[in-house]
Amino acid sequence: MGDLTERILHILSETDEIGTLQLAKLLNEDHQKIIGALNSIQANGNLVIAKPQSHKHFELSQEGVVVAEKGSHEALVYNAVQGDGIEQAELMKLPNAKIGFSKAMSAGWVVVDKSTGKQIVKRKVNKIIDQVQINLQAIANGDFSQLTDNIKQEYKKRKLLQEVTVKSFLLSKGPEFNISLQKLETDLTTEMLLLGTWKDLKFKSYNFEALGASPESGYLHPLLKVRTEFRQIFLEMGFTEMPTNNFVESSFWNFDALFQPQQHPARDAHDTFFVSDPRTTDNFPTDYLNKVKEVHSIGGYGSQGYGYDWKIEEARKNLLRTHTTAVSARMLYKVAQEKEFKPVKFFSIDRVYRNETLDATHLAEFHQVEGVIADYNLTLGDLIGVLSEFFKKLGITELEFKPAYNPYTEPSMEIFCFHKGLGKWIEIGNSGVFRPEMLLPMGLPDDVSVIAWGLSLERPTMIKYGYNNIRDLVGPKVDLQMIQNTPICRLDK
Amino acid sequence: MPTVGVKRDALFKALGKTYSDDEFQSLCFQYGLELDEITTEKQMITKEQGENAESSVGASEDIIYRIDVPANRYDLLCLEGLVRGLLIYQGKIDLPSYKMLAPQDGFEHKLIIKSNTSTIRPYAVGAVLRNIHFTQDSYNSFIDLQDKLHQNICRKRSLVAIGTHDLDVIKGPFVYDAKPPAEIKFQPLNLDKEYTATELMDLYSGHAQLKQYLPIIKDKDVYPVIYDNNGVVLSMPPIINGHHSRITLNTKNVFIECTATDLTKAKIVLDIIVCMFSEYCDQKYTVEYCEVVQADGSSNKYPELRYREEVIQTAKTNTAIGTNESGKNIASLLSKMCLQSKPSNSGKTIKVTIPPTRHDVIHACDIFEDVAIAYGYNNIVRTLPKTNTIAQQLPLNKLSDLLRGPICQAGFTEALTFSLCSRDDVSTKLGTNIESVKAVHISNPKTLEFQVCRTTLLPGLLKTLAANKKMPLPIKIFEISDVVLKDVNSEVGARNERRICAVNCNKNAGFEVVHGLLDRIMMLLEVPWNPQRGETGYYLLESNDPAYFPQRCAEIICNGKVAGKIGVLHPNVLTQFELTNPCSCMEIEIESFV
Repeated sequence: MGDLTERILHILSETDEIGTLQLAKLLNEDHQKIIGALNSIQANGNLVIAKPQSHKHFELSQEGVVVAEKGSHEALVYNAVQGDGIEQAELMKLPNAKIGFSKAMSAGWVVVDKSTGKQIVKRKVNKIIDQVQINLQAIANGDFSQLTDNIKQEYKKRKLLQEVTVKSFLLSKGPEFNISLQKLETDLTTEMLLLGTWKDLKFKSYNFEALGASPESGYLHPLLKVRTEFRQIFLEMGFTEMPTNNFVESSFWNFDALFQPQQHPARDAHDTFFVSDPRTTDNFPTDYLNKVKEVHSIGGYGSQGYGYDWKIEEARKNLLRTHTTAVSARMLYKVAQEKEFKPVKFFSIDRVYRNETLDATHLAEFHQVEGVIADYNLTLGDLIGVLSEFFKKLGITELEFKPAYNPYTEPSMEIFCFHKGLGKWIEIGNSGVFRPEMLLPMGLPDDVSVIAWGLSLERPTMIKYGYNNIRDLVGPKVDLQMIQNTPICRLDK
Repeated sequence: MPTVGVKRDALFKALGKTYSDDEFQSLCFQYGLELDEITTEKQMITKEQGENAESSVGASEDIIYRIDVPANRYDLLCLEGLVRGLLIYQGKIDLPSYKMLAPQDGFEHKLIIKSNTSTIRPYAVGAVLRNIHFTQDSYNSFIDLQDKLHQNICRKRSLVAIGTHDLDVIKGPFVYDAKPPAEIKFQPLNLDKEYTATELMDLYSGHAQLKQYLPIIKDKDVYPVIYDNNGVVLSMPPIINGHHSRITLNTKNVFIECTATDLTKAKIVLDIIVCMFSEYCDQKYTVEYCEVVQADGSSNKYPELRYREEVIQTAKTNTAIGTNESGKNIASLLSKMCLQSKPSNSGKTIKVTIPPTRHDVIHACDIFEDVAIAYGYNNIVRTLPKTNTIAQQLPLNKLSDLLRGPICQAGFTEALTFSLCSRDDVSTKLGTNIESVKAVHISNPKTLEFQVCRTTLLPGLLKTLAANKKMPLPIKIFEISDVVLKDVNSEVGARNERRICAVNCNKNAGFEVVHGLLDRIMMLLEVPWNPQRGETGYYLLESNDPAYFPQRCAEIICNGKVAGKIGVLHPNVLTQFELTNPCSCMEIEIESFV
C-alpha cells in the first residue's frame, strides 16, 4: 500500500490532474485499491485535492455475457432448426426459446409450416448474421463505436445491457503536496514523554467515527437485573423476603393448605410435575392437617366446604411447587402460631414449575414474583391501592382490574395494564384476598385479612427488553452476546 | 379456564342489543369474562386441520365469540346461561325462580341403584324436562353444555358422567346396575349394531374423543350400566349412551341421569343442566323430579334445586371491599349477580338467597366478591394499607446478590440455566451413574429435559458454552443458584442448596483462572488461605472425580469441611457436552457463609 501511495503521488507530481479510474488503468490496479491508497494519503494531511466524480456507462448484464459468448436467443433458435424443420413444441424446450422464436420470426429467419397439420418450424433463409452477438462482443471489449442509442435502449430493454454508475475522484495537488508520505505516529508513548520527541513528531489524526475497544468485563444476566430491581421495589415498600429455597414441596402445602380441592385440574399430572423420589411427605402439623381436611370435606368457618372425600394420600404426594404461594402459606401458618398476631408484609421472587407444553412464551419453570400483606381488616380497596403503588414503581400507571376465579382467593382480580408499545391492554398479574377457608384453619384471627398478588418475572423482562421468545432469555441456549448488550434496568424509566 | 363458543348474532339477539366488539369486550371485562377470540366455525376448522381440510368445506362462516368463563361459574357455560347472567346484571330481566314439580299425572320417574355399583361408580341422580322444544341451535347448545361440564367440573367424566334420553321411548323404573362387561350388550349411539361392553372398549380404543374415558372403568370387574324396565340399555356410563334412547330435535321429554363418584358434583351438574334448559319447557323453569332409590331402600328426590340462605353483615361487607354502601344498595347490587337479597329493617344485615345455579357461592366472601363486581372493581376507591413493617432481606439471597457483582467484575458473565435436566446430564455425562447421585426424580416429565432436578450447576453452564461457540475465547461464565438434593432429614425428603459455579473455557484449560476466582471469593467472604490445612481457612485437597482430568481435581476444604470442587474437566465430559475447547471449573456451596 505504501508503495502504491508513492506511485500515485509520483504520477500526480508530473501532471495537473488525473482521475482515479485513469490511475487504476495506468497502474494496472483495482480501482478500490486506488481509493484505499487515496484514503491513506489524505490521512497524512492536505497532500491532494480529491474532487468526487461520477459517470455512467454501459456494461453487459449476466445474460448479455452469455449471449456474447454463445450467440443471441434468436440465433440459437435458428441454429436449432435443421434440415426438414422441427416441431414447434420441441423447439420451445430450448432455454429462452420464447423470446428467441419471436425475434427469429420477426427477423424473417424462420417460418412455421402448418401444412402437415403439425406446427413445423423451418428455416426461411440459408444464412444469418448474428448482429446482436457481434455488438455485444464489441461492448465487452469496450468498443461502443457501432452502437446507436436505439440499439443501446433495445439491449437495455432485453436486459442484455445494464447501466452502471462509477464513483471516482479527480485528483490535483493540494497545499501540502509532497511526493512521499511522512511516517505518522499513532499514539503518545512513555518514551516520547521521556525524550520530549512528542514536540516534533507528527501524529496521525484520530478516527472519531469508529467505536472504541470494548472493556474486559463480566456481565450480569438481564432477567436477574430485573429481579434486583423488583427486590429493591419490595424492600423500599417495607416487604420482608420469604425463604423460597425449597423447590420440592408437598401437595399439602402447595394445594390443600390453599383450599384447592383435590380434584382441581391443576393437581392433574398434565399440569404439575410430581416427584417419584422422594415420593411422599409425612411431616405435617396434625392438628392443622385435620382442620384442613374438615374445611375441604364438610366446611366450617362459615363455609359449605367442597363436600368431597378428602384423602391424606393426595396431600402427601411430593411435587415441584407450582407457585411460591405454597411458601406464603407456610409463612402465614407460622405467623398464626405466634402468641400475638403482628401484621406482616412478605415478598419473594423465585422459581416455580408447570408441566406445560413449551412454546415461545411458556417454559416448564419460570420465576414468580409474589407480594403478601396480612393485617386487620384489609380491604379490596387496599389491595387495589397497593398494586397501584407497586406498579407505579415499575413505570406502569394505567391499571384496570378484572374479576377472576382462583381457588384460594376471593375476591380475585386479574391485573391489566395499558401497554403503550403494543397499544392495548395486557394481563400482567393476578391478585386477590385469601379465602377464610385458607386462613382460619391456620389459626389467624377472624378479622385479619390477607391480600396478595403475583406475576411472572419473565413477562415484564421480555416487555422491557423486547424479547419475543422466552428461550432467548432463560436457559442454556441464551446468547452471551445478548447478556453483554443489555442495558441497565430501571423499570420506572 | 373453560372457553365457550357462541354465535355472535344469536347472542346479540338474545341480549336484545347489538354491540361492537369493543363494547362487548368491555361488558365481559366488568363481569369477569373475557372475549378471548372472534372467529368462525370455518376458521376454527382451518386452524386445527390446515387450509385445505375437507371438513372446512361448507362450514359456517357466522361470527363466533369465544368467551373465557371463570372455572367455577358452571352457570355461564352455555349461551342460555351467559345471556341470563348478563341480562340480570344489566337489570333487564328478573331472576327466574326454578321449581321442582311432581311428575305429571300417571307418571312416576324412578331410578333404582343396585348395590353392585358401590365398587365402581356409586352415585346416581336424575330429572325430567317435560314438554321441551328444541331448535337446532338450542339442541346444539344442550349437547355442548354437557360436553363443557364433562370437561370441567366432571373432570373428564371421572367424577360425573351425564346421559340424556328421550323419555317417550323408554319405560321406567330405570335400574342403575354394574355388570361384567361380557354381559352388557347393546347398540351404542352412532353405531349400527349391538356390541358387548368388552367389544366396545376395544372398538373405542382408537376413538378420538372416547378413548380418553376408557381408563376410568377399563380394568374393573364390572361396568356401570343403566337399563329401562324392558331391559333396554340407556347408557354405559361414563363411556357411551345407547342408540335407542338418543335425543333428537323432536324429543319432547328428556330424562337426564348423572352417575358419579362424587355426589356433590353430580347434584351440581344436574341442577345446572335443568336450570339452563328448563327455559325451553312449556312451563318455563320447571323440572319434574326423579325418585332415586338407594341400595339400602332409602330414597331421595332429584334435582335438589336447593335455595340456600346466607345472612351477611353490611358493615363486614363494606370492610371487605372498602366501600360504604347501605344495606339496601348492597342488596340491589347482589340482585344483579343472580343473588336475590333483602336487607333487614335496620339495614345492618342482608339476607342473601343463593339459587341452585350458584353452587360456586360457598362462603360469605363469595358474596362479598359479587358485591364488588356489581359495584365495579374499577370504581372502588384506592387506599393504602396502614400496615407498618420493617423490611428484611433473606440473608441467603442478600449474600448471593453481594457476590454476583464482584464475580462479574472479575470478568465472568452471568448465566441463567434451568434447574431441571435429564438424568444423563447429572450422571453418565459426568462419568457417574444415576444411582449414586442424590437427585430428585420427576415422575411425569413431558420431555427428557425434565427428568430430575439438577444436583450440580455444571451441566447448565456447559450447555450454555456449547450454545455459544461463536463467542471469542476465552469464555468465562458463572451462575449462583440452587441445586436440589435428596435429604432424608428435611421435611419433604429433599432440600435446596445455594451454590456458585464458574467455568473458564479457552485454548488451554487455565486452571489458575478459576483458582484465582476462588481465591477472590474466599477473600470477599473473609476466609483466609490456609496451606497448613487447619480447621480454619480454606485449602485445596487433591482428589479423584471421573468428571475431572486425572491429577487436575481438588476438593475445596473450607473451615474443615468440603465446600466444593475445582479442577480441569475431563475430555470425556467435554465430548458429552459437545465442547471442543478445554475448560476448568469450580463449584462451591455458599450456605455455610450466611
